[in-house]
Amino acid sequence: MKALLIVLGILASPLLFAQEVEMADTMRSEGKIYVVVSILVLILAGLILYVFLTDRKISRLEQKMAEKKG
Amino acid sequence: MRKSWWKIVCVVLLIYTVIAGFLFNVPRLSIVNETIRALYFHVPMWFGMVFLFLFSMIYAIRYLKNHSLQNDIYSTAFASVGLVYGLLGIFTGMIWANYTWGTPWHGDPKQNGAAIATLVYLAYFILRSSIENEEQRARLSAVYNIFAFAAMIPLIFIIPRMTDSMHPGSGGNPGFNMYDLDSKMRMVFYPACAGWILLGVWISTLQIRTRLLEETILDQENE
Repeated sequence: MKALLIVLGILASPLLFAQEVEMADTMRSEGKIYVVVSILVLILAGLILYVFLTDRKISRLEQKMAEKKG
Repeated sequence: MRKSWWKIVCVVLLIYTVIAGFLFNVPRLSIVNETIRALYFHVPMWFGMVFLFLFSMIYAIRYLKNHSLQNDIYSTAFASVGLVYGLLGIFTGMIWANYTWGTPWHGDPKQNGAAIATLVYLAYFILRSSIENEEQRARLSAVYNIFAFAAMIPLIFIIPRMTDSMHPGSGGNPGFNMYDLDSKMRMVFYPACAGWILLGVWISTLQIRTRLLEETILDQENE
């Protein structure tokens, strides 16, 4: 019986060890991680929108230039 | 919007990276803890930089073949965005190193190699700005560009593998073995690299198109 417990203990030790590593589990369980993700997605979206608008502006200039030439 | 399908792919991949990068499971490792997620943002900077510098070199070679100013404009734009990626890679790495290695600058071979590679490319722009003649500038900087790429590859990919480095995948230990224990990380990491590479190319094309517009205006004025 004792031997069995020791064997089980050894088998389960990686699992136990894995749980000991500190991660942001509390923050996740409280759902606060979604606050972080939403803020980052919003900032990213804003920057991408800026790149998109610049792209469109350059496209318009290119069209104007083509008309002038043609 | 010109040829917009890959720009949409880029946006989707980047937003996916941020969401999945923070919400998906990662291996529980001591010391790095949750900062393992920085892999999704720090490493794609280097992938992006290497690809942008590669494109820059391809256009440098093209310039040397046909001497068209357009190729010089392409080459410079890719190099400048690549340099921005490299600087972001270094600074994000310093923040991460400060937490996991104890100091922002550890003198790690890969860190030093990356710093030297960045300086090599900084010199490319110094070289460009120091030559007045347009053709001479384009030709010399195209030759230097090929040298810079050839110097960067061993500095970042070969030398750190030959000595001991704190970076995973170094010191005779190829790849990302330590992190790849969890194949879930690859599901975020590869799309992240693709997304950041595409964004780099997108921003480069904006720079290229403005420069080309500038050139046509100058041509018209000279007529």
